[in-house]
Amino acid sequence: MSNIPQELRYAKTHEWVQLTGNLIRVGITDHAQCELGDLVFAEAKPAGTPVKPGQVIGSVESVKTASDLYSPADGVIAASNASLADQPEQINTDPYASWFVEIELAAADWPAGLMTAAEYKTFIGE
Amino acid sequence: MAEQTPLYREHLQLSGKMVEFAGFLLPVQYSDGISAEHLAVRQNAGLFDVSHMGEIEVSGEQTYAFLDYLLSRSLAKIDQAITSRRALYAVMCAADGTAVDDLLIYPLSPTRCLLIVNAANIAADEAHIRAVADEWARVDILPADLAIDNPSDRWAQLALQGPQSLQVLTKIASGLAGPAVPSTLTARFAADRLAWVAQLSALKKYQFTYLPLALLLGESYDGPTHLMADDFEAGGTTVLVSRTGYTGEDGFEFYLRPEAAPLLWRMLVAAGAKPAGLGARDTLRLEAGMPLYGHELSRTITPREAGLDRFLALDKASFVGQAGLLAEPSRQLVGLVSLGKAIPRAGYPVLSGDQVVGAVTSGTFSPSLNKGIALALVERTAIPADDLGLPSAGYLAALPSDVDHTAGIHTLPIEIRGRSEPFALCLTPFI
Repeated sequence: MSNIPQELRYAKTHEWVQLTGNLIRVGITDHAQCELGDLVFAEAKPAGTPVKPGQVIGSVESVKTASDLYSPADGVIAASNASLADQPEQINTDPYASWFVEIELAAADWPAGLMTAAEYKTFIGE
Repeated sequence: MAEQTPLYREHLQLSGKMVEFAGFLLPVQYSDGISAEHLAVRQNAGLFDVSHMGEIEVSGEQTYAFLDYLLSRSLAKIDQAITSRRALYAVMCAADGTAVDDLLIYPLSPTRCLLIVNAANIAADEAHIRAVADEWARVDILPADLAIDNPSDRWAQLALQGPQSLQVLTKIASGLAGPAVPSTLTARFAADRLAWVAQLSALKKYQFTYLPLALLLGESYDGPTHLMADDFEAGGTTVLVSRTGYTGEDGFEFYLRPEAAPLLWRMLVAAGAKPAGLGARDTLRLEAGMPLYGHELSRTITPREAGLDRFLALDKASFVGQAGLLAEPSRQLVGLVSLGKAIPRAGYPVLSGDQVVGAVTSGTFSPSLNKGIALALVERTAIPADDLGLPSAGYLAALPSDVDHTAGIHTLPIEIRGRSEPFALCLTPFI
């Protein structure tokens, strides 16, 4: 059983989203890190990058595979978590503290198309 | 519908993450992950289920005359290999010199040979071998002079790999792991049990021998202890053990009947061999610079391009692929190591300036070097004429990332996610 915090929302591509004012933080879910295995590489797009829903905002790689993170919203990257590149393994140990980017939204509201914790739990078949 | 190997239940019990590979359900990793399994093989001992590998048996008076025509390597010393029981690596080519498969030859006897082929190619190999046999057979060859059989599903194969492999086997033989030796056993049996470890420890790299399955599994046995090729049959009670593997480490591979595989597997695990999946198998062989069919060898890549010249005998009498192999290749397989954090993957373009000069055939994060490594097929014009003087991957991987890499290092960047990432040519194997 993976950890799925109630207060977050989730994308079909296994990103978690946290909303604070008009900022969202985005990372990968516990389920995603578990499926990927030991992560050995992580990078996030730099601050200042404008993003649209579905655009790549970062990448993670395990020994065997590479995988991208996609923006859940329209906005501009306000901050990028540089510490991930030096210690990608922190994503395995604490996926919900390991945010990749903060995106500034036009409005202080959840982006469209995200799942609640309960919906995501069903989505991943748990 | 994917096939289960005889060890399918063992994999589930060990929480193997099962995937379909070449038509078989196999674990890509177990619960500790690829890195832990990889390092266990490098430092201790690991255990792989390689039962998916195919076995094709060629037999009859014309066996080696035919194989000499079928395969691109020299079989000039085959008599010696039969006598000393030594397996040989070979590439089987199509007429154009590209690879149909790479395989291991077990020369069992002057009239019988076992070919170990890649799981994904079993059907294609069998068809190719039969077609070549039809073309090669002259009117004076009787059916009894050459027979081709595919008993792949009657063999299980286990690979025990790592520097502690022999210690694992010693533990089993001395009764420290696996079933306890019953007190009723004769002194002769106990002695035989230790003798088989001595027999395996005497094997040189690539040598093989036969063991009674009962002795290996610690069951009572009063048959002969020195077995011959004639005792070795699919589904029988003889195990073929060779000092071979696909990891670059010492180790042993066991060919045995499927029903007995789970017990041997459990004994080896109990004696300290860590189960390892396809993920670690791939990172280990890549670090060891070994080709994987479909990546470094294929119907578009020749063994010369793959740098396997030492396994080729271009000047022998006619063989399949000879004309194609005589042409000077324009591409060469090279080893590349990351000078930064980037991890290369199969298919990524290799750059020289703003030109694409090749592509990665296999790439991974190397758990031993903590760096991205790749085998890549590149234009010969983009690399030095010989690899003498190339630095080792270990040296390059240990360089601090802020040094000036231009001095004495031949860089060949790889395009990753639209960026040109710094990589350097290195010697292979990578470790």
